[in-house]
Amino acid sequence: MSPLIGAHVTSATRVVPRGRKPQELLPTGAPLTLVDADGRAVPSAGLTMPGDEALLALHRKMVLARRFDTQATALTRQGRLAVYPSARGQEAGEVGAVLALRPQDWLFPTYRDTMAVVCRGLDPVEVLSLLRGDWHCGYDPYEYRVAPQCTPLATNTLHAVGVAHAAKLKGEDTVALVMLGDGATSEGDTHAALNFAAVWQAPVVFFVQNNGYAISVPLSKQTAAPSLAHKGVGYGVPAMLVDGNDAAAVYAAVRGAVASGAEGGGPTLIEALTYRIEAHTNADDATRYRDQAEVDGWLARDPLARLRKHLTARGLLDEPAVAALEAEAEAEAAALRQRVNADIAHDPADLFRHVYAEQTPDLRWQQQELSAELAAAADDPEAAR
Amino acid sequence: MTAIAERSPGPLMTTPEVTMATALNQALADALTEDETVLVFGEDVGPLGGVFRVTDGLAARFGDTRVFDTPLAESGIVGTAIGMAMNGLRPVVEMQFDAFAYPAFEQITSHLAKLRNRTRGRVALPVVIRIPYGGGIGGVEHHCDSSEAYYAHTPGLRVVTPATPGDAYALLRQAIECPDPVIFLEPKRRYWSKQATVLDHAGTTLDRAIVRRPGSDVTLIAYGGTLGTALEAADAAEEEGRSLEVIDLRSLSPFDDETVTASVRRTGRAIVVHEASRFCGYGAEVAARLSEQCFHYLEAPVLRVAGFDIPYPPPHLEEYHLPSVDRILDAVDRLQWQETRPAVKAGG
Repeated sequence: MSPLIGAHVTSATRVVPRGRKPQELLPTGAPLTLVDADGRAVPSAGLTMPGDEALLALHRKMVLARRFDTQATALTRQGRLAVYPSARGQEAGEVGAVLALRPQDWLFPTYRDTMAVVCRGLDPVEVLSLLRGDWHCGYDPYEYRVAPQCTPLATNTLHAVGVAHAAKLKGEDTVALVMLGDGATSEGDTHAALNFAAVWQAPVVFFVQNNGYAISVPLSKQTAAPSLAHKGVGYGVPAMLVDGNDAAAVYAAVRGAVASGAEGGGPTLIEALTYRIEAHTNADDATRYRDQAEVDGWLARDPLARLRKHLTARGLLDEPAVAALEAEAEAEAAALRQRVNADIAHDPADLFRHVYAEQTPDLRWQQQELSAELAAAADDPEAAR
Repeated sequence: MTAIAERSPGPLMTTPEVTMATALNQALADALTEDETVLVFGEDVGPLGGVFRVTDGLAARFGDTRVFDTPLAESGIVGTAIGMAMNGLRPVVEMQFDAFAYPAFEQITSHLAKLRNRTRGRVALPVVIRIPYGGGIGGVEHHCDSSEAYYAHTPGLRVVTPATPGDAYALLRQAIECPDPVIFLEPKRRYWSKQATVLDHAGTTLDRAIVRRPGSDVTLIAYGGTLGTALEAADAAEEEGRSLEVIDLRSLSPFDDETVTASVRRTGRAIVVHEASRFCGYGAEVAARLSEQCFHYLEAPVLRVAGFDIPYPPPHLEEYHLPSVDRILDAVDRLQWQETRPAVKAGG
């Protein structure tokens, strides 16, 4: 028997803390920043600059994440991945949010968050199983508490609320962070999830990476809200707008939101302003809907260069250290290439496994049909030739 | 129960009558008592006890951390149930009415049904979605849909529908204990039907049909709301000298071929009865399976007595839409009784 469900809370449907004034829930007008585009530290009310070790970890993981991402994009060109939605340019959000989580927290990523999933510690080859076309989810979600990457938009926001609410009922110190993009904020499930999380005061962090485009549709056609973070106030959810290319700010904001959730403060909505440097996927043509000048403008605000400049200026990082790190990233990319290039055998019988806890008679029969079909084909000299 | 049994063993003991709604309520109460991971939530299931009172008294008895009202969003209810199941709980959620469950369709078909398979069995989702379904209660539009085919068409879901109070209890208990997600369809017009029965779920499994009335001439295959109509038709046919066997499917997915084909191979004739529209309806699957598996035993085509291919009609017109005793008897008459071929039941 489990620990008594509900013994840890007075009520699952606790009254929303309506006493909070709207001003306490609203985001700032300008995005919160700790390290500006020139690498200078700037004070930001409500955010604490991460310590040196944390900043170095952010930098290191961003280097590895970027190399991973460019490697994955290259693998699509070689036909080794069916598709890859790149997050290049979003390393601060991908890495900053994940490093701010504790081991007991849950991460709910989308298809664009492969960097984040790998950053959490999962085997990149297992993670790429989806995009390689081997199996839908190639990793064990319980190992690092990472849900399968979600391809329908925003549906995972509700799963995160459910996991977080269950944790609360069971008395577990667990926060769920769900990643979503600007487009997903228009989906009904995001609305329901923010509302459920607020009413239940579930420990959830809604981490919205506003990268400017939902495939081809710009934010101006997505919403008329002053910012996506402004959506929080309507649900009674405190919200923050942060500079999504500032890893220090993202890390500090998410850490604060996780701490708040863990202390019973309920959900937080964070909008991280960033930009998708690559097209939606390798199958997309971004020149049809945006100018190169716009991309160039964002390339000049590169999140990795910014943090590196900051760390170098403070004497925390030097050229040999960067070179060593880049060599490490290169070695990881080479290992990834080698492993992804190795063909793996697929077992057609896998298709019929795990549809139900126990195989149904229909599935047993269908599996036999396929085996017979394959056996007949193998025996057929025509087919063999 | 035990005390009564000890005091009055054997024939002296009278079994009380229960309604289907009471049986379902008892099943939820017993599951909540026996398994602390079970949660019950949905719209109006708390203090009100649900619009059909199936959850009556549960919030007061088990507290509002285990039985609670949610905000009004079906996708939210199922989506959060998925997350709770991922984190070790067993949610039993209520969709208020059949047609109001459609906002949850994506969560059900894309996530609830698939997550076990997507993760190679690593994530199990023992979630039960209770859905009052079907018409015959004078409900206005969007309150009377028979939505079983949508769910039965989705791999990864079990779809169950009881037709009696005893089955309602047993199947709901089994559904809650099942490691697979279960769509539990409750026929609204049977909520107040009564049966003298001891509520027990030992010996019942989730995937078996049951012969409700034995017969030798025709197999009537029904479930949920149409079982009563099928049984009435069998009574009426008996007066006309025809012996109708009535099968209650109970499990729509998976399908119990064994029970159904054994019956049809004996009778040689079959009619499927359901309220849902005929086109691409559940009866089409049953008819196809019978023609695949019992072709050489059939004396006539498998017929369907189903709702018309129309949106569910308004209350004053639903009697024309719902399968009736007469419509079933007409179908029985059309089963080629004059054209019976020489027996071809070789080996059967």
